[in-house]
Amino acid sequence: MIWEVFRQERKGQAFAHAGSLEAPDRGFAEEYAREFYGRRAESQALWVVPRDAILEIDDFVDELERNYHRVDGYSLKEKLKEARERAASGTR
Amino acid sequence: MSELLLELADDELILGWRDSEWTGIAPFLEEDVAFSSIAQNEIGHARAVYELLARERGTTADELAFDREPAEYRCSALVQLRLVPDWARTIARHVLYEEEDERRVKELMSSEDAEVAGLAAKIDREEAYHRIHAQMWAERLRGEPRYEAALEELRPLVSRRDGTSSEFAGLWEEMTMVRRSVPGAAW
Repeated sequence: MIWEVFRQERKGQAFAHAGSLEAPDRGFAEEYAREFYGRRAESQALWVVPRDAILEIDDFVDELERNYHRVDGYSLKEKLKEARERAASGTR
Repeated sequence: MSELLLELADDELILGWRDSEWTGIAPFLEEDVAFSSIAQNEIGHARAVYELLARERGTTADELAFDREPAEYRCSALVQLRLVPDWARTIARHVLYEEEDERRVKELMSSEDAEVAGLAAKIDREEAYHRIHAQMWAERLRGEPRYEAALEELRPLVSRRDGTSSEFAGLWEEMTMVRRSVPGAAW
């Protein structure tokens, strides 16, 4: 049985995926997670989750290339630069 | 008290050594890491106790750990056995040892010697995880004939301290070989 381990480095921080491990039940999963991701005091807390419990969604489509929905689809930096240049030269 | 501490340190050193014989060959990778880590903890406990004894006796932890004759070691018959590659017997030993070790460490925690009590408390905090590990395996293997037979076979050895075996002599040869190769060297 595969378990996914999420690790919080400091209190208040988001949990980040740390890796996975194989263990027959919750008890062993806890023991091995402590061993692999906690014994060097590198974690504030761990989430140990059976892989089956995770709903994975990875079939996003963007057929119409609506990249303006994404933050990286609209380059604000370039637009700002142009606007500043226009403002400096007095044109509108 | 000093004798009890020496028994503890010798048990932890030799059990740590024996458990470390599983490194790289345990039944599966996760257990390999976990069991190796337990082995390393045991040797760490041995080191801490030897250091305490060494101050008392005007010697060093290394000298206590490695420069005695085989007959001078006080470890139990249980920890001396080489059990690789028998996992059922290894877990039976682990379970029996942790039971006995808990009794002993709790006793030391209420020692009048504050240094001994403090060290025992530190050791106990790490041993707590060893106990959880041992208990999980005990539950998993309960009823398995090989495991149950191993418990019966090994139980009488827990408190047997009537000297060291020929199996121990082999371990001692290996364990002290490097130090004996350069007498008096400062490592």
